[in-house]
Amino acid sequence: MQISQAWIDIAYLAAASLFVLGIKGLTKPRTAVRGNLLAATGMLIAAVITLLHKDIVTYEWIIGGFVLGAVVGSLLAIKVKMTAMPQLVALLNGFGGGASFAVAAAEYFKGLDAAGAAGVLEAMAGQSTGMVAMIAIGAAVLIGSVTLTGSFIAFAKLQELIDGQPKGFPGMKFINLILLIGSVVAIGVLVNDPTQQVLFWSLVAAAAVLGVLLVMPIGGADMPVVIALLNSYSGLAAAAAGFVMGNSALIITGSLVGASGLILTNVMCKAMNRSLTNVLFGVMAEGGDAMDQDEVYGGKVRSSSAEEIAMILEPAKRVVIVPGFGLAMAQAQHAVRDLADSLEARGCEVEYAIHPVAGRMPGHMNVLLAEAEVPYDKLKTMEEINPTFEETDVAIVLGANDVTNPMAREDKGSPIYGMPILNVDKARNVVVIKRSLSPGFAGLPNPLFANDNTLMLFGDAKQSVLDVNTAYKES
Amino acid sequence: MDFVAQLTLFVLAVFLGFELISKVPPTLHTPLMSGSNAISGITLVGALLAAGHGGDSQTISILGFIAVTLASINVVGGFMVTNRMLGMFKRK
Repeated sequence: MQISQAWIDIAYLAAASLFVLGIKGLTKPRTAVRGNLLAATGMLIAAVITLLHKDIVTYEWIIGGFVLGAVVGSLLAIKVKMTAMPQLVALLNGFGGGASFAVAAAEYFKGLDAAGAAGVLEAMAGQSTGMVAMIAIGAAVLIGSVTLTGSFIAFAKLQELIDGQPKGFPGMKFINLILLIGSVVAIGVLVNDPTQQVLFWSLVAAAAVLGVLLVMPIGGADMPVVIALLNSYSGLAAAAAGFVMGNSALIITGSLVGASGLILTNVMCKAMNRSLTNVLFGVMAEGGDAMDQDEVYGGKVRSSSAEEIAMILEPAKRVVIVPGFGLAMAQAQHAVRDLADSLEARGCEVEYAIHPVAGRMPGHMNVLLAEAEVPYDKLKTMEEINPTFEETDVAIVLGANDVTNPMAREDKGSPIYGMPILNVDKARNVVVIKRSLSPGFAGLPNPLFANDNTLMLFGDAKQSVLDVNTAYKES
Repeated sequence: MDFVAQLTLFVLAVFLGFELISKVPPTLHTPLMSGSNAISGITLVGALLAAGHGGDSQTISILGFIAVTLASINVVGGFMVTNRMLGMFKRK
């Protein structure tokens, strides 16, 4: 069966509309599931109508690719642990970039094929003007390849296949600049003479190396920014592929995703008080002398026991739990939920304070706590919860560090000065559950741990919370 | 579609994207990212056209096959994992 181009375009418009409605659904937890289903319906419409396109004459490659992709995709979706969600999103970003690259490259070779070496520009002019097509192909190949390899490095860092520390070498920025300029020049040359296949593959190689080098120097703490940014790139690559093919569905959807990633990147940067350039080039804010850990902690840190913490919790009317990456590492979300249940059973109010960069991707803590069936209206943003710490009897900090460091608020010389933090230290009592006094990503000691109203409980987050809960129930 | 029409579409969609996504609450930022991964799998449309072109060129077929595979992972994996996460938010 074949179908006219106008009907195909109308179907694409319907698909794009369903994507927009789908994202609109995501603005409320109540409507989010339906939104996701609407978007999936849009995708189904777009895919089915494309299969009826007159240019599709064979199906074996399509069926093979789809079956393989569907099996891998569904296995990933079913098997992934909620703690590993940042890795999965990094991987999916990479696949998105890779797909856009492959589509653009296929269009390039179609252009070469269609007219033989002589008439390439004319052949491409069939889709839009030849120059624009080649520029769009170049952009899609460049952004797509950078996204592909950059995302794989981000995945490897998050999965701890490679060391999460920033990695670099002298002259790295210079090499990146050369690669970028070289890629742009290569696109320029290809626009004038698309037949230079060697140059085309050099462009692919340069972009792939650039993706690796761009993500290598970025440290673990900045991963939320990188994932959001690569998310944006994968959208832009899809939009560029849309320009190549003159396909409205790809252009609209790609720019929606590109905008989404950019907004999240911006949210993350603000939450860390860093500029995007600082994050990308691995520069920490210059601060005064690094504070000596012994000077901050010396003799002032009070180590505690589960029983003592249960005694503090006993009379508490309001408890705020502050989760950080330590919670994810220890898979402590269910234990936390159980403790909150015990507290609430005795009439204590329990809320959760979620810093925008807690965890390793935007919203990561919310998903973990939702997995443990914590109602989402108890998850409070930094702006909502900060004014309430003064009326809070106990704040329990679970594997979070830098986002509670009062130096960010008070010490103008501190490298993290100006970063918005959770004002945990204003609570009447603070309990910090942590493996040791080791510093967080920022590499700084945290004076919160030495405060008069702070008790430290050293140990694994999950086991410690279980112990506290047992002691609390017995008290 | 000529270039200016494409560019118009692109710019308007970026504005729409900013308006829409600013309203997504932080609680749903992770599902938003996996969901936007799924919809950026719309590249599948281009991938299908490349993989099904039926010409003699093995290069195009193989690139098309790679594109269909990667885009399908994004579409299927993205929508499924987003659905799984959102299901957790739904229950009270």
